[in-house]
Amino acid sequence: MPVITYRDALNQALAEEMERDDSVFLMGEEVAEYDGAYKVSKGLLEQFGERRIVDSPISELGFAGLGVGAAMVGLRPVIEFMTFNFSILALDQVINAAAKMYYMTGGQIPVPIVFRGPTGAALQLSAQHSQACETWYVHSPGIKLVTPGTPADAKGLLKASIRDNDPVAFMEGELLYNLKGEVPDPDDGDFVIPLGVADVKREGSDVTIVTHGKMVNEALRAAATLEKDGIEAEIVDLRTLRPLDVEAILRSVHKTNRAVYLEEGWPYVGIGSQIVSIIQEEAFDYLDAPVVRVTQADVPMPYAKNLEKIAKPDAARVVEACNRVLYRN
Amino acid sequence: MTFPPSPPLPDPSHAHSLLRSMLLVRRFEEKCAELYTEQKIRGFLHLYIGEEAVATGSIAALERRDSVVATYREHGQALARGVPATTVMAEMFGKQEGCARGRGGSMHLFDAETRFYGGNAIVAGGLPLAVGLALAAHMQGEDRVTACYFGDGAMAEGEFHESMNLAALWNLPVLFCCENNLYAMGTALEVAQAETDLALRATSYGMPAWPVDGMDVLAVEHATRRAVQSVRAGGGPHFLEFRTYRFRPHSMFDPELYRSRDEVAEWKKRDPIVLLANRMREAGILDDAGMDALEAEVAEEVDNSVRFAEEGSWEPVEELTRFVHSDPEVAE
Ligand SMILES: Cc1ncc(C[n+]2csc(CCOP(=O)(O)OP(=O)(O)O)c2C)c(N)n1
Ligand SMILES: [Mg+2]
Repeated sequence: MPVITYRDALNQALAEEMERDDSVFLMGEEVAEYDGAYKVSKGLLEQFGERRIVDSPISELGFAGLGVGAAMVGLRPVIEFMTFNFSILALDQVINAAAKMYYMTGGQIPVPIVFRGPTGAALQLSAQHSQACETWYVHSPGIKLVTPGTPADAKGLLKASIRDNDPVAFMEGELLYNLKGEVPDPDDGDFVIPLGVADVKREGSDVTIVTHGKMVNEALRAAATLEKDGIEAEIVDLRTLRPLDVEAILRSVHKTNRAVYLEEGWPYVGIGSQIVSIIQEEAFDYLDAPVVRVTQADVPMPYAKNLEKIAKPDAARVVEACNRVLYRN
Repeated sequence: MTFPPSPPLPDPSHAHSLLRSMLLVRRFEEKCAELYTEQKIRGFLHLYIGEEAVATGSIAALERRDSVVATYREHGQALARGVPATTVMAEMFGKQEGCARGRGGSMHLFDAETRFYGGNAIVAGGLPLAVGLALAAHMQGEDRVTACYFGDGAMAEGEFHESMNLAALWNLPVLFCCENNLYAMGTALEVAQAETDLALRATSYGMPAWPVDGMDVLAVEHATRRAVQSVRAGGGPHFLEFRTYRFRPHSMFDPELYRSRDEVAEWKKRDPIVLLANRMREAGILDDAGMDALEAEVAEEVDNSVRFAEEGSWEPVEELTRFVHSDPEVAE
């Protein structure tokens, strides 16, 4: 299988879907002439022309809303936020228009739109540029949320997101764009991963690490450390946070009886709160220990290197959490 | 665009101080670029090189009691405002001696002491804040002016329009300082703004607005004095469009494919520091020795700031959660 970067996987997905469906277009800041701030749309302007690869001024609320409008009458916009930090300016159109439209109109008007871009912290970009935005989006019914952690997932899930008839927020990892991984050859057929299906990224019997997005890679590092200690961690990558693959979580917890949730965002009413709530409601009798969460510290991200390091969740803290639910030392 | 003739040179000591201020920003930032490659400074670093006349000239026209709100490209404003180079540099190193304790970095310089209210990494995010500062001055019956800096790109944001309307509607004492450097990242002005005459657009809100040669520090100062005087006298918001140019890439990651070398070279001929220095030489108030002395003085200040930052300390990690909410010790 070809090994490509996460960036190229996204690029392939966009190109293939635009090729396949004339109603798909990409719009956002610097997506055309500049090839995207993170070069995800490289070459697409040349291939599809400026009618379908649209450079927008710095008007997040505006172009997100324009996308919703275009989707209401049958187009399939892919809206790129340079980073999801800036999408906070666009939340009105996402939450009040996109997410509610199909319901409010009694099922008359679907909104097949994708909002995509990087979420979460990179390196020392400080408070306004380092936030995991999942919770803002997933809180609202009517929106789907996809968070690929590998190149293959990035490709397969983006293709599914573009074909989906609902608004989908598709959150990438800024530090993942150069990550390499196997992705099926386009010549071997259409590679689409359905939304709402989790993936076991590593099998194990001692403890379950449930996670999503970029943190999958941190979980894998933690599992490698635990393995040296004779602990086999199972990693359940949710991939989609709405709809949520509850069965996959429960299956693993039934097997290991212990769980840790790992996420990049803040703890307070974070994704982990939801997951813990589900596990205790549905699998209480299977648990041998309380479920523990590993998250960013409950602070805006500081710039200073030493503070940023301890504010971020990392493999070491996941190992600690796993040891805790295993009642080891 | 032809601008009105440049104003006459001010008295020698003021001319020297303008030159020194611009030179400090230039040399300070050249040092920053170096330190960035050494990874002493991290994150995003947006240099102001080429645009020094705007911050220098306009802030020279403000009083101590006035306030400044800027963007992520704000080293120039911070230094011109008198935030010490030492604490600015320490901030970029992430040291606790920095002007925001190392919490903010390059894009989030803050200094309440000099009424420097940041430092904002959200395009146009500073505009409503600045209008709020002006609202407060108005409510408190104080004659402070708030100078608000933002780029041409910010004029596409809703926050821009809402701020302009509110400021004009309520006649608030804010000076909008648009730094039109012709690009927002890789996007040229004409592909991002329906009306590229930015001052003209501002007039549609019913506020006085005019373009200014942003490479000529004397023109910048002159225009700002005029505007500030009127704002302070109750004339409501004013808008100055400073036509300027950044000589460096948008940030440290930018291959600059969107503009030609010729264009950059053409603008560099109007380097604001050289323009002023030449005027001063022609007037006989600056010679080679004078320039050398100035360079040496500025170099020392920059070196000193780097030493201060190097010798600074890291905030103890135990303080990570401090300042999420107001400090009980400080709160009355
Ligand atoms: C709301 C928001 N959208 C996008 C960005 C990313 N971004 C940072 S600077 C910039 C260009 C801004 O251009 P301009 O306002 O002209 O200021 P300049 O950088 O030229 O000084 C963009 C798009 C951001 N920081 N905030
Ligand atoms: Mg600009």
